[in-house]
Amino acid sequence: MAETIKTMALAKAINESLRRALESDPKVLIMGEDVGKLGGVFRVTDGLQKDFGESRVIDTPLAESGIVGTAIGLALRGYRPVVEIQFDGFVFPAYDQIVTQLAKMHARSLGKVKLPVVVRIPYGGGIGAVEHHSESPESLFAHVAGLKIVSPSNAGDAYWMMQQAIQSDDPVIFFEPKRRYWDKGEVNAEAIPGPLHKAQVVREGTDLTLVAYGPMVKLCQEVAAAAAEEGKNLEVLDLRSVSPLDFDSIQASVEKTRRLVVVHEAPVFFGSGAEIAARITERCFYHLEAPVLRVGGYHAPYPPARLEEEYLPGLDRVLDAVDRALAY
Amino acid sequence: MTVESTAARKSRRSAGGKAGATGTETAAGTTRAAAAKATGTKRTSATRTTRATAKKGAEPQLVQLLTPEGKRVKNAEYDPYVAGVTPEELRGLYRDMVLTRRFDAEATSLQRQGELGLWASLLGQEAAQIGSGRALRDDDYVFPTYREHGVAWCRGVDPTNLLGMFRGVNNGGWDPNSNNFHLYTIVIGSQTLHATGYAMGVAKDGTDSAVIAYFGDGASSQGDVAESFTFSAVYNAPVVFFCQNNQWAISEPTEKQTRVPLYQRAQGYGFPGVRVDGNDVLACLAVTKWALERARRGEGPTLVEAYTYRMGAHTTSDDPTRYRHDDERVAWEAKDPILRLRRHLEASNHTDEGFFAELEAESEALGRRVREAVRAMPDPDHFAIFENVYADGHALVDEERAQFAAYQASFADSDGGN
Repeated sequence: MAETIKTMALAKAINESLRRALESDPKVLIMGEDVGKLGGVFRVTDGLQKDFGESRVIDTPLAESGIVGTAIGLALRGYRPVVEIQFDGFVFPAYDQIVTQLAKMHARSLGKVKLPVVVRIPYGGGIGAVEHHSESPESLFAHVAGLKIVSPSNAGDAYWMMQQAIQSDDPVIFFEPKRRYWDKGEVNAEAIPGPLHKAQVVREGTDLTLVAYGPMVKLCQEVAAAAAEEGKNLEVLDLRSVSPLDFDSIQASVEKTRRLVVVHEAPVFFGSGAEIAARITERCFYHLEAPVLRVGGYHAPYPPARLEEEYLPGLDRVLDAVDRALAY
Repeated sequence: MTVESTAARKSRRSAGGKAGATGTETAAGTTRAAAAKATGTKRTSATRTTRATAKKGAEPQLVQLLTPEGKRVKNAEYDPYVAGVTPEELRGLYRDMVLTRRFDAEATSLQRQGELGLWASLLGQEAAQIGSGRALRDDDYVFPTYREHGVAWCRGVDPTNLLGMFRGVNNGGWDPNSNNFHLYTIVIGSQTLHATGYAMGVAKDGTDSAVIAYFGDGASSQGDVAESFTFSAVYNAPVVFFCQNNQWAISEPTEKQTRVPLYQRAQGYGFPGVRVDGNDVLACLAVTKWALERARRGEGPTLVEAYTYRMGAHTTSDDPTRYRHDDERVAWEAKDPILRLRRHLEASNHTDEGFFAELEAESEALGRRVREAVRAMPDPDHFAIFENVYADGHALVDEERAQFAAYQASFADSDGGN
């Protein structure tokens, strides 16, 4: 049993998951810019074209709307395309196809059409990149009915959530935390995974709940460790899915801890934290000892790399929010 | 040059149906040579003259098999594609166009009577749609805009199915796979990419089906259309881009979309483009068949520009008197697609009075059936809002449905009291 558990980087876990999908279902296709010979700019599709051929791992023209639009057509023909958008900030040429067509065609057809398309987007900052390479646009997609939005925080989840996303008959936007691509974790390819859209408690605590997904989960674990040294016992919840969002798990945690801080890289204004704060306030009004606080990006364009440390939630900024919540 | 390179590209699919290949390539070459000539002239005038001058000098170069007077003209390149058309089939094309126009007129009336919220009339474009629609095989796949009522007719889609979205009871709702006729697409040009992707899938499956994407002169400006040209060319996808240039994108004339004839756009992407008389059902049938056969043989995409005219308004919400003169419409009425085939049928003694009388009766019966079906179309159940948002369900949708149900149920007492 122990042999089935392998330690690998998050990017490699996705690679292995894509490989497994290509092996097990001849209808699965990989599409995107530079996903073939190069293996993707982050090497997530490394070696797949070599092993599965150019007709299944397809280098596309540099046109994001074209990538998603043709993926829709392929899905209509019975294929299950997994498309890569090279960077978060490049998804917007495809935004129309995603929002107007991919999200709505199932409803438009009264359920007769299914579009099992996965749109992979490496997202988030922290890698010192130039403009358009560090954004977190998940809320822009979560606002759209018909799409499912997930983001793994670790290698094991990345592997299984990709399997589940590809098996889903709904379109899934799969946000990959690019700064965690090289973080290693355990992957058990024989495991029975939990539901795709269920949150997981990654650290139990009693004093306050930290909620995060994708790249911020690791930060929240570090925050909890630091707070523990000061005698504060924080619970950390990895949401894994932004749409649907597992409010039941947040509620259960908050009913225990009575305090909630939401952390994401995306701007706080109209971010997923706002939705969580509103709904948890509604659900847990008599349990809350403090207002739900949010830590995230500012209402400003993602800054140049030399400023991103100031823009992104860091250990101290989250601890500050924790202190403010505990002060009530 | 591009024609040769496209044709020379090896077929990705089974090498069936070689017949007529030589003739076809000649056809493409000839057409494109003529096209190149036309570009030269056009470009010169366009660079140094106003739009009006450019317009005046352009007598469109197009494939025509039936003159507006109904006279059959020979065309060595495209005649073979309609050589087998029998008088019976000609009458069939006529019937298709008449019934489509009748259905269309009924829908316009139903909008005026408040039974439909909106209607996008195809008046004037019957030949383009019936000609291309009848060129298709059952296993081919159609990606329409929202005006392809004639193509839907050819595919066997019940006309009343098209009316749900215009009445506001659904957003389409038919099963595209029942007739290989995709849902109407309202956002301009998006469906050309879906058609291209679908065609890429057809090629992967190794069948010799073809795909046809409809769009208009306005859509030709959309990035998605340009990207679909790129993708289809790069992957040699078996797709026909059928552009109905009806001269108007709501209020904007074609000159606001392009400085070159639209069919010439294909050259830059490496596949052939042809302009056909869009009011000539026979020419549309021939040119579309030619393009479909290229696709079947693995020779990739083709752009067909059907040069036609939107005789009515853009939709029932539009008022064309604000932007175009009636004399333009009058000029096009002389080229009416139905009238021209009727003249041809009569001159060829392919019809008698009985045929027209029967068709008239059939036409009225169709109008009546459509009218009754629309009036009987029920409003959807309130809970339809929450249906089919997701294929695999979504917790938030379930939660909101339950909230909505509770809210609705709160009226139960007062309803019961009445």
